[in-house]
Amino acid sequence: MSKPDVTAHSLPPRLHPLPLRIMHWINALAIFIMIGSGWKIYNDDVIFGFLHFPDWLVIGKWAQYGLQWHFFGMWIFVLNGLAYISYGIATGRFRRKLFPISVREVFATIGEALRFHLRHDDLTHYNAVQKVLYLGIMLVGILIVISGLALWKPIQFSELAGLFGSFQTIRLVHFLCMSAILAFILVHVTLALLVPQSLVAMVTGGPIVDEGQRQAAPAAPEIEATP
Amino acid sequence: MSIRFPIAAILRPHKTLGRSPTKRLAVDDINRRGLIRGAASLGALGLLTGCDVSEEPPVQSLLRTVSAWNDGVQETILRPSHLAPTFSPSQVVKPPRFNAYYDIEDVKPVDGATWKLELVGRIDNKQPWTAQQLYQLPEQEVIIRHVCVEGWDYIGQWSGPNLRDFLHRVGADLTAKYVYFICSDDYTESIDMASALHPQTILATKYAGDVITDPFGYPLRLRTSIKLGYKNAKWIKAIEVSNDFRETFWSKQGFNWFAGI
Repeated sequence: MSKPDVTAHSLPPRLHPLPLRIMHWINALAIFIMIGSGWKIYNDDVIFGFLHFPDWLVIGKWAQYGLQWHFFGMWIFVLNGLAYISYGIATGRFRRKLFPISVREVFATIGEALRFHLRHDDLTHYNAVQKVLYLGIMLVGILIVISGLALWKPIQFSELAGLFGSFQTIRLVHFLCMSAILAFILVHVTLALLVPQSLVAMVTGGPIVDEGQRQAAPAAPEIEATP
Repeated sequence: MSIRFPIAAILRPHKTLGRSPTKRLAVDDINRRGLIRGAASLGALGLLTGCDVSEEPPVQSLLRTVSAWNDGVQETILRPSHLAPTFSPSQVVKPPRFNAYYDIEDVKPVDGATWKLELVGRIDNKQPWTAQQLYQLPEQEVIIRHVCVEGWDYIGQWSGPNLRDFLHRVGADLTAKYVYFICSDDYTESIDMASALHPQTILATKYAGDVITDPFGYPLRLRTSIKLGYKNAKWIKAIEVSNDFRETFWSKQGFNWFAGI
């Protein structure tokens, strides 16, 4: 009757709490669907004459399948993204992990990276470049949704579409956001493979977060106590 | 297993009357697959059949369910009287860009002298209309953007009777759900009533002030500012007002039915 709730209280908090890990991998799947099907849609009317994505690389054999996947994946991407941003703000995770960002530190980190002196033994702390990139990619994620909305409904949301100028400009912005996400993924995945414990951490939760550090952090949330 | 067509190539506007891109793509497809599967093939028809995961029945069923859900979402966010931006005559592209499920040289012209517009379904006065009668109705001009599902767009200048006025004139049931357009080339399209009653939805008879030419839908076509290009039926021979939903030419093949923009 008075059995203690083990899961909620006795397990120590980890670097990546379970909800965050779930959202990370759902996002990975959504991005995969969106980029693969987006390339299929792009191929029907290319923006750059030299760029045509090979058939084996795209999702959807015919145009309608690419479109079906894209307008299915958008719900996963947007709903999961909203959940992630709400979680990051509500738990104080964004504030803790991504701020403050010092410009001086950004340059210092770039210098260290170029001299191969970058330390990555502490997964729980993001360096300044990581902070800039994670924050930047979130802004790109928001912009790709906004430009996507303007592309999908240029008349119903004509006020929004008007901010971009022409319809083709919206396509270009949407495409460039995809390119930025792709570049981010290349760096992100490369580094995750170079520092395999970071990849493992996104599956298992990673190192236990130091209690003192946790208490020092502003607004340490209840929810992070659930691994 | 069914034979599928390279839809992408078919929807593409063809500026030149060269070799059919449709046929070229199909040939490329055979060559590519031929290389993969080797000479011992199942024949050309077998090679054209799909093997995409999207076509697997459970996957296709899920994707179509989501597409139908998206129809509902679009219906909800539709602002029935919100006007699309309009443009100046100097921005108009002449002639308009061609789009159909076949090439421009395969267009079968409609004889305007014998042509009649049939009216079907929930309409009080089903008296057919001749082109002459239709062309005498008051005209509305819209200079609007055509957006193709493929991603291209252009500004077009269309004029003709307003569809809402026309439906009202013939005593159509404006509370019905759908308006169907049955075309001379066996194409069918349908739009929701709210879109049919939109102020920028017209039965176009003219482009840039002149009677529309054969490839662009003479003698009568639909032009609405709030749908993707493929919803704008050309060479209309009958209009039907109905409460029953039937799949249309592109929706049968998996394209979104509502296709609002």
